[in-house]
Amino acid sequence: MSAQPQPRPDPAERLAAAFRERRARLPGAGLAWLEALREQALERFRAAGLPARGDEDWKYTDVRALARRLAPPAAGPGPVAEDAVRALAFEGLEAHRIVLVDGFLVPGLSALGALPEGVTVMGLAEALAREPQALAPWLRLPEGADGFTALNLAFMTDGVWLRVADGVALERPLQIVHLRSAAPEAGAHLRHVLTLGAGARATVIETHAATAEADVLDNLGCTVALAAGAALDHYVVRESGAGLCHVGRIDVRQEAGSRYVSHNVTLGGRLTRSAIQVELAGEGAETHLYGAYVVGGRQQVDNHTRIEHRTAGAVSRELYKGVLDGRARGAFTGRVVVHPGAQRTDAEQANHNLLLSEDAEADSRPQLEIYADDVKCSHGSTVGELDETSLFYLRSRGIDAELARSLLVYAFASDVLERMALEPVRVQLERRLTAVLLAGREAEGVI
Amino acid sequence: MRTMLLEIRNLHVSVEGKPILRGIDLAVDAGEVHAIMGPNGSGKSTLANVLAGREGYEVTEGEVLYKGRNLLEMAPEERAREGVFLAFQYPVEIPGVSNVYLLKAAVNAVRKHRGLPELDAMDFLKLVKEKIRLVRMDEQFLYRSVNEGFSGGEKKRNEVLQMTVLEPTLAILDETDSGLDIDALRIVSEGVNSLRSPERAFLVVTHYQRLLDYIVPDKVHVLAGGRIVRSGDRTLALELEKRGYGWVLEEAGLGAGAGPAA
Repeated sequence: MSAQPQPRPDPAERLAAAFRERRARLPGAGLAWLEALREQALERFRAAGLPARGDEDWKYTDVRALARRLAPPAAGPGPVAEDAVRALAFEGLEAHRIVLVDGFLVPGLSALGALPEGVTVMGLAEALAREPQALAPWLRLPEGADGFTALNLAFMTDGVWLRVADGVALERPLQIVHLRSAAPEAGAHLRHVLTLGAGARATVIETHAATAEADVLDNLGCTVALAAGAALDHYVVRESGAGLCHVGRIDVRQEAGSRYVSHNVTLGGRLTRSAIQVELAGEGAETHLYGAYVVGGRQQVDNHTRIEHRTAGAVSRELYKGVLDGRARGAFTGRVVVHPGAQRTDAEQANHNLLLSEDAEADSRPQLEIYADDVKCSHGSTVGELDETSLFYLRSRGIDAELARSLLVYAFASDVLERMALEPVRVQLERRLTAVLLAGREAEGVI
Repeated sequence: MRTMLLEIRNLHVSVEGKPILRGIDLAVDAGEVHAIMGPNGSGKSTLANVLAGREGYEVTEGEVLYKGRNLLEMAPEERAREGVFLAFQYPVEIPGVSNVYLLKAAVNAVRKHRGLPELDAMDFLKLVKEKIRLVRMDEQFLYRSVNEGFSGGEKKRNEVLQMTVLEPTLAILDETDSGLDIDALRIVSEGVNSLRSPERAFLVVTHYQRLLDYIVPDKVHVLAGGRIVRSGDRTLALELEKRGYGWVLEEAGLGAGAGPAA
């Protein structure tokens, strides 16, 4: 008798079944608008499925690796040592801290401290229980949402809601720490909502830290809304464990004169897919997207950015730099769209990559679409290797070959970090980078 | 017999299979300044780069002894730590690495090699600030990225700054005078002359005699067709300035074709 191969359950059906089984226990259950949104999102997921190989936008992401790890959310957070969390603080940085484990806010590990009047920080689940109507406008299924975003909205278990009232400044940064316990093979489906009123200011640092080597997928969504004149500095730092896959999408909408600064750093994780979409909706809005990815082994990073200049006189600045060693793959796709009427648009975009091994790969796709005539746009992209002449120059001054290589790599990546306004974050990331590249050797005063 | 500081014997060097140096013999003693002159394409820069250990140059024959040791089998950084210094014809821009960091790393690499303790930040800065005055550079250059955005003259002065800080035993200047105006030329030369001592030797590679008005050589060699075709004292350089390279080449059987030297 020959064994028949077991038919593999269709992952979409498996997730749909898990959704039906879980939906009554997801946060906000009973809110008609939210249930409708979750249903709509699940339908979108079932209809769209996961991106296919032929999908240009997903050309450089190993969707199959993500699909294998795609799972419904855990029932709750697994155990994480308090010491591990304490070690994640940035030295010298006073911050309001929220800790999420396996997709759930853990109050016992968080240290929010006193918030200024006009600032709300709470978990998404709590917010859906206490102020659902205030949150409702920010929870929408984006047009053309892909399967991951749809699943995120269907399953979202928690996240962080930051609301800063008009004219209020949150002086101390808000640090959102994402952790995985060693426990479950579950997914984490988180959604953050960051809304700043007119003239409000805040700094948010999202960190993804390695506490466990779990072979899992984090699926994150983030909505950012900046009213006129608001300013948000948004750091995302991924130092996840070697097995973690990360899919993240940030949707930013900016009104007139607002300023968004993104620092998007990937040092860890098995596969990172990061998408940032910015709508420059108000005149004179300004967006700065800075990114660094420094990976090796078999790590993969796929960065996507899309900036829509929908209004006159908006400014966008973008610089992404990648260092790829081993068999790592790094991709950058940056699209800048200047819509009709978006005169006096000022857009600069650059992506530079350094390959440290013959087996590493970088794919760089800068894309400009311009439908206005009075604009200033530039883009540039390079993929290169370490410059032999520079290497010889350093060695001819007595510096050994290994240190010379590390110095040049460090110097290549460091100008992205230099743009960070928060010194404790910058210094710590420089140290991490130094530790990775210089194998712990002294590099004081390199820059 | 006393060991010369640098002894080059029958050196043949090819680049991408093409012979560039075809049998160089040269002995440089401590305390001496040798000028290597010659028309463009004669192999002057190749000689300078081979001595510093740059890759891409294949030594097909001959040997180079430095302090009696085989220089050619030493890595570039080892040569530097042993006191060989090349002032680059085209100093390299290294964005992201500050001048002061490079100097400190270089000084301490040399000191460590010699069994000396590393200089602390205070002593190091004191040393560097003293030297930077010598080449009349602003202190703010220390905190800028190595050579990034420097003018041609600033780059050359920066090379001489590195040289005065590292105090090499054998300094090789590869066309350090090219692109310098007369003031910069004087400053660069003063930097070099401040280092002249009985323990130290210089190999000054130049196309023009002008530099030798300031850095007065003990010996002058004409390199042509990959060989030293004539050697003499300082008056040879002056003669080359007057008459060009043609007559030397003709006498060496290489034919004319090169224009006047200055």
